[in-house]
Amino acid sequence: MAAVSVESGARETPVTKAVREALYAGVISFGLFVLFIGLRTDQNIRNELVLVQRWGLLAIVVFLVMVGRFIYVAFILPAIARRSAARAAAPTVVTEKGFVRRNLTSVAIVCLLVYPFAMIMLVGLQGSLKWVDNFGIQILIYVMLAWGLNIVVGLAGLLDLGYVAFYAVGAYAYALLGTQLGWSFWILLPAAGIMAAFWGVILGFPVLRLRGDYLAIVTLAFGEIIRLVLINWREVTNGSAGISGIPKVTFFGLFSFDVSAPNYIAKVFDLPTSGAYYKIFLYYLILGLCMLTAFVTIRLRRMPVGRAWEALREDEIACRSLGINTTTTKLTAFAIGAMFGGFAGSFFAARQGFVSPESFVFLESAIILAIVVLGGMGSLPGIAIAALVMIGGTEILRELQFLKRVFGPDFTPELYRMLLFGLAMVIVMVWKPRGFVGSREPTAFLHERKSVSAAFTKEGHG
Amino acid sequence: MEYFIQQIVNGLTLGSIYGLIAIGYTMVYGIIGMINFAHGDIFMIGAFGALIVFLILAAAFYSVPVVVALLIMMIVAMLLTSLYNWTIEKVAYRPLRGSFRLAPLITAIGMSIALSNFVQVTQGPRNKPIPPMVSQVYNVGGISISLKQIIIVIVTVALLAIFWYLVNRTSLGRAQRACEQDRKMAALLGVDVDRTISITFIMGAALAAVAGTLFLMYYGVVVFSDGFVPGVKAFTAAVLGGIGSIPGAVLGGLLIGFIESMWSAYFSIDYKDVAAFSILAIVLIFLPSGILGRPEVEKV
Repeated sequence: MAAVSVESGARETPVTKAVREALYAGVISFGLFVLFIGLRTDQNIRNELVLVQRWGLLAIVVFLVMVGRFIYVAFILPAIARRSAARAAAPTVVTEKGFVRRNLTSVAIVCLLVYPFAMIMLVGLQGSLKWVDNFGIQILIYVMLAWGLNIVVGLAGLLDLGYVAFYAVGAYAYALLGTQLGWSFWILLPAAGIMAAFWGVILGFPVLRLRGDYLAIVTLAFGEIIRLVLINWREVTNGSAGISGIPKVTFFGLFSFDVSAPNYIAKVFDLPTSGAYYKIFLYYLILGLCMLTAFVTIRLRRMPVGRAWEALREDEIACRSLGINTTTTKLTAFAIGAMFGGFAGSFFAARQGFVSPESFVFLESAIILAIVVLGGMGSLPGIAIAALVMIGGTEILRELQFLKRVFGPDFTPELYRMLLFGLAMVIVMVWKPRGFVGSREPTAFLHERKSVSAAFTKEGHG
Repeated sequence: MEYFIQQIVNGLTLGSIYGLIAIGYTMVYGIIGMINFAHGDIFMIGAFGALIVFLILAAAFYSVPVVVALLIMMIVAMLLTSLYNWTIEKVAYRPLRGSFRLAPLITAIGMSIALSNFVQVTQGPRNKPIPPMVSQVYNVGGISISLKQIIIVIVTVALLAIFWYLVNRTSLGRAQRACEQDRKMAALLGVDVDRTISITFIMGAALAAVAGTLFLMYYGVVVFSDGFVPGVKAFTAAVLGGIGSIPGAVLGGLLIGFIESMWSAYFSIDYKDVAAFSILAIVLIFLPSGILGRPEVEKV
């Protein structure tokens, strides 16, 4: 394939090649889309399916694909080739990193701390609600989940496709105990973590001997089993209707965010009534939980157990022959990863005030795993960037109301959210197979600490 | 006793469909060692393509013999899914070949999300029911067997025979088995590895399309999200049978079909999927590489 394109590339200009490629792309996309875009199945008044023809739309889509392919082959590919040639020819210059690059973590933390106040200044108290909730909290939940899963997948190298199960365990633990027994969030948060960790060990035991894709399918099955039990065990979980009326988090019992409560925060401080205080409080709460996850991960990597995880990822047989107990190593990875999932779950239940099995489908596991891999497995900043790009990007699609003016009032950008999400996963992965951050900082080093390329780290067998 | 045999018949029907999908998973796994997560959605594309062809036939001709209609639906669905799987392999998997193992898994999940949402966007989120195509039911000694079930089993058996011949008796099958054992060595001996992999994806997609058409004929309804559950079940079947082994995939499919129909008949229908998944976990504890899988031997 590569050899053929080099030979033909010598004879023809990029433009003629691009025209040919564009024609191929047109034929293929016509074949792919003729039935699905050219025709639409609709129900008529008698509830029978009828076909609606949309050949104009089909022509537009095929034409766009051809133009896209033409531009890609004629202009983008040669540009990339030129750039990499120039980079190979230029001598490597070691540049001093700028202030932002050197202090990336501190700058990011300061930005996150001032974010809600910046939003209040920009769009007012009520206007900030959406930005703090939909963007801040939503993205941080995924950051926390991805950092938790990172312990299992990125550090220990165990492929877990059912991580959402622990998220569900945490959420239902808070939802059930909070509504039935009236326990406070601050007691149930650690309890939910412990319960999730317990389920992590339960999952860990049967899969100890499994590797690779066998491990993947059993974890996936485990996630589905938990979800199916939540749906069908109606006496306890209220089935697919879910549990509502989950109590709000209080400010350590001092202030409440319930408008009717006597110690409602706006009454205590004599502020106007608004839902924004609770959102801002939740924002800082999840930020704190994220920081806790990052802190624990960074510390654990330097401890014997963390080093054992990474050794397990690099080579299980060498690990065992050096006397590391792989059973406890795997179980601790599952348990600690699950614990953070449980924390995130109970936070999720407190934030929504409502949980149902709908929130814990396989798609969520896939999204979390995608964030971990797209970020560059094992790299905390990379994962945070991936969560920001993927979740923030899809949330922003909800805001693009101006597209209605372009495509007419029937156009709903939300519909295309997951379609674009899936395509973005493919494009980012093909573009950067090692993830956004392609370097690692080993915790054990000789003389000086320096980053190594992620290509030197393995991804584990399990 | 009649009730028991009845459940065996139902399980056989269901298991045939799972087995056909599972072969696609197991072949792709055998040849390039990746889980093609988008395969379940290829099955859904096949079922949806068959639905649209059915509607075209119904609109264009006053009446078409059922056999002819089914055949046309199957062939068009096979062509359609083959084109889809071929394109997906080229766009999403081939650039990542030789890259690290999780990268193609993520692109496969991405493709799965993109495909089901593509169908949702273009065809709408509602269930798409069609009038029953075949409705005869035969009564044999107290057991009712519908013509649909007979068609499913016959088509499956015929396809498996053709498939067995292709893999075991043709040069194409030999190339596939060579690539499965050692891709680099096969390339050195003159096997066009890229082409063989493409053909493997096309064969898997064609079987999934047949499964999709049979699914549409059996249940008479299809929806954009239908790829996930049968896909996961078929994947479970492939792993249960020993991933990489084609007889294992069929055996696993039948086993999952039997477990489901027996569990719904004797215990509770709500927990049939839980039963299937639990049995998978239990089997894998004792046979970590599936029923017919070869144990993975790692060189140090």
